[in-house]
Amino acid sequence: MNSLIRTTARCLRSGAAVCVSRPAHGRVWSASARLLCSAADFQKDLGEMVKKDKVVVFMKGTPAQPMCGFSNAVVQILRMHGVDNYASYNVLEDQELREGVKVFSNWPTIPQVYFNGEFVGGCDILLQMHQNGDLVEELKKLGVRSALLDTEKEAK
Amino acid sequence: MLPSISLCARPVTTWLSLTRPLAHFRPHMDPDPSRPVERTIRTKLTNVFQPEHLEVHNESHMHAVPPGSESHFRVVVVSSQFEGLPLIQRHRLVNEALKEELSSCVHALAIKAKTPNQWASDPSPGKSPSCMGGSRGDHTVEEKLKAGRE
Repeated sequence: MNSLIRTTARCLRSGAAVCVSRPAHGRVWSASARLLCSAADFQKDLGEMVKKDKVVVFMKGTPAQPMCGFSNAVVQILRMHGVDNYASYNVLEDQELREGVKVFSNWPTIPQVYFNGEFVGGCDILLQMHQNGDLVEELKKLGVRSALLDTEKEAK
Repeated sequence: MLPSISLCARPVTTWLSLTRPLAHFRPHMDPDPSRPVERTIRTKLTNVFQPEHLEVHNESHMHAVPPGSESHFRVVVVSSQFEGLPLIQRHRLVNEALKEELSSCVHALAIKAKTPNQWASDPSPGKSPSCMGGSRGDHTVEEKLKAGRE
């Protein structure tokens, strides 16, 4: 598998010390506990989720099995650049995540890509960045060397 | 030259539908009255951006939704209003213009937002990747299709 699926934790703020953790495969263990989490808490959790890893992708499906052509395109682009150590979150398994990330990013569609906690865009933007060379530069800023640079070097 | 990526994970026959002629926007032609969402998208993008060139493609047929749906669109907007703006800002402006549609009946929106100079040097609308069936059984898509019909 080319990506790591991180766990997230949400805690009730009302005083109860109940934590709900999401295991790596993305399923929610306690729906009732999650319902008690406020929307503001969820937005705060998203803020932490996008900063925990250099590259974060909210997508439909998983990198091993994308469920949407646009999400698949993002996975393929990252793979082409040798970026295989990123956090991906499957919004199809979590409706609250799916709607919450749209509010958080102020972006209406999935997939959504974050670099160093900053929203980059969706499939169209990532594709254009790949085509015009900007993606190589942006990855460099993250301290990630694009595999395409090595490919080009070998070709010379 | 960066290699192009393959947007198909599996062979898909719907690529053939991409060879159909593009529906260029011409102000003197009436849009299809049987496609209200497409008409609304054209009108809003025209009003907001006064584009030099505008294309609105209903790509719903490429996805796992019923025939005649207006849920998946690709738009090309060429406007001098995009001068000096980064891609994300341009896309946010388009999203804002179509906010109502995106929160109701439109499930997916592929955007190409270019300045007139950029369009002149590369007038390609782009192609959407093949559907991988994510809309099938997706209740939020069903809700949006219902919203489009009402």
